[in-house]
Amino acid sequence: MIEVKGLHKAFGAVKAVDGATFTAHDGEITGLLGPNGAGKTTTLRMLYTLMQPDAGQVLVDGIDAAVDPLAVRRRLGVLPDARGLYKRLTARENIDYFAHLHGLDGALLRARRTQLADALDMHDILDRRTEGFSQGQRVKTAIARALVHDPRNVILDEPTNGLDVMATRGLRTFIRNLKAEGRCVLFSSHIMQEVALLCDRIVVIAAGRVVADETPDALRGQTGAANLEDAFVKLIGSEEGLAA
Amino acid sequence: MNALLTVWWKEVRENLRDKRTVLSALVYAPLIGPVLFVVMLNVMVGQQMKHAEGPLKVPVIGAQYAPNLIAALRQQGLVPEPPLSDPDRAVRERDADVVLRIPAAYRNAWTRGEPAQVEVIYDASQQGAGSSVSRVIAMLQHYGREQGTLRLLARGLAPSVGTPLVVSRRDQSTPQSRAGTLLGIVPYFFVLAVYIGGMYLAIDLTAGERERQSLEPLFANPVARWRILAGKLGAICSFSLASLALTAVAFVVASLFLPAEKLGMAFNLGLAFVAGAMLLELPLVAVFAVLETLVSAFAKSYREAQTYLGLLMLIPILPSLLMSLLPVKPAHWMYAVPLLGQQIGISDLLRGGTVRAGDIALALVCGFAFAAVLGVITAWVYRSERLAISA
Repeated sequence: MIEVKGLHKAFGAVKAVDGATFTAHDGEITGLLGPNGAGKTTTLRMLYTLMQPDAGQVLVDGIDAAVDPLAVRRRLGVLPDARGLYKRLTARENIDYFAHLHGLDGALLRARRTQLADALDMHDILDRRTEGFSQGQRVKTAIARALVHDPRNVILDEPTNGLDVMATRGLRTFIRNLKAEGRCVLFSSHIMQEVALLCDRIVVIAAGRVVADETPDALRGQTGAANLEDAFVKLIGSEEGLAA
Repeated sequence: MNALLTVWWKEVRENLRDKRTVLSALVYAPLIGPVLFVVMLNVMVGQQMKHAEGPLKVPVIGAQYAPNLIAALRQQGLVPEPPLSDPDRAVRERDADVVLRIPAAYRNAWTRGEPAQVEVIYDASQQGAGSSVSRVIAMLQHYGREQGTLRLLARGLAPSVGTPLVVSRRDQSTPQSRAGTLLGIVPYFFVLAVYIGGMYLAIDLTAGERERQSLEPLFANPVARWRILAGKLGAICSFSLASLALTAVAFVVASLFLPAEKLGMAFNLGLAFVAGAMLLELPLVAVFAVLETLVSAFAKSYREAQTYLGLLMLIPILPSLLMSLLPVKPAHWMYAVPLLGQQIGISDLLRGGTVRAGDIALALVCGFAFAAVLGVITAWVYRSERLAISA
């Protein structure tokens, strides 16, 4: 479970995140929806302790990120906006590197890697260097790398960015399976349909603030709009930065 | 596996797959010094030999006024060339190293027994002409002394009357120490090998990772940043150590190609020298690894880091330059200054001397202490939020 309480972060005069509060529960998919530049990535970066909030608190499974960042990172699987694979290493070596950094080794690592390669259908690319990978292959490798230590909480920053239809569908199934396994999945997107299809709960962010935190149905009801897209536009007050 | 070792091994393995890094660290850095040195020295010696022993071609103006002089010069190896119309310009523009002019008044003065003047025209600012000039002057003086002796004998006087003073030179240099002045550039090559050996790795592991946006996922792992930094520094040190070792080997091999006999000098590039030089360079391996990482941490891209580190490469030249411009007497405290200690220590070893164990210890302690201070600063910079975020 990931709890965010009154998070603030400013870069100079720009308030990137301005009092964000929400909770992502276990066994649920929580979508962080907002236009480009709304503060999604900055919020997520504070969750996985890459950045320190100016004010507010982040709790992962009840552990305060400010108090014990290493324990928080151990409980998180993170796919950052920047995938950042090592091009001169194979997919397998990329995965193993992060596994070793988590202290994972031997038979456990092999079992976990095989399990992820099955789920992501990536056995054919495991022993290729990641240089020249397609966008979809890159995301698969980065996700496998991020989840190799079997984390309870999964943070995915714009996971479907740049993927084609088939790859997106495959990824959707994978994310639903994560939920079925009882994990807490938090993912950000600026794509409406993505969020509508997957999420149990939608947290809408605009200008660094949470403007709605509801189920998709409740969101439609709350705004009185027939479809989610209209609801979303009403919430954030403009159509800027939206992609259907 | 320990996180530090994990990072170290991954960085070493990944960079061994990078052609540019391997070429620069393990081929270019260790070979440039020795190869350049052998080529330079051989060319230099070849030139000097040619100047010192070959026939010396000198344009002579007014040769007809002094046939005896010309004949004597011919015997000493001078080959008179036809006169030039503008000898002053010829030496300035390097058409000739030196021109000999015998004025028309020479013959009269000679026959009257008065000092007869000859002119040697040269440009002292022309590098390389110096040995020709001194050879011509030496030939002329030799002829002058010979004739003076003959004149004294003709007048029934002992020739020693005309030589009231004899200067005898006692050069205290040994073949090793003479080689040492020529080898003054060698310490710089060692420093350069250490610097370049780790440079591309340092750039790649910080600025490169930042540019490729892989620092962010890396820092999301449950490993303290200083451990990641330490693993990376270890990888950089490994590469520059390899570069240093290869340089040492290359210098030993190169010493076989040095024109030692022609110079009448001994090159003390044996195992003892190599071991001493590598020991002295050890702290620099750490200092440069940290310094290069620190600089790379401030650069936003690979190219930017490359530019900074290229400029920084000039720093190791300073001690060499300082020592050659200001003839400073080496003192023990100098071993406490990184780079300076290496410069005087390796120069000493080259001259066939030994460096005191205390001096080596001082260089090691101070060098590593300096690296540690830089390391703390780098770890502090590594903790910054900005470092991980590239976009």
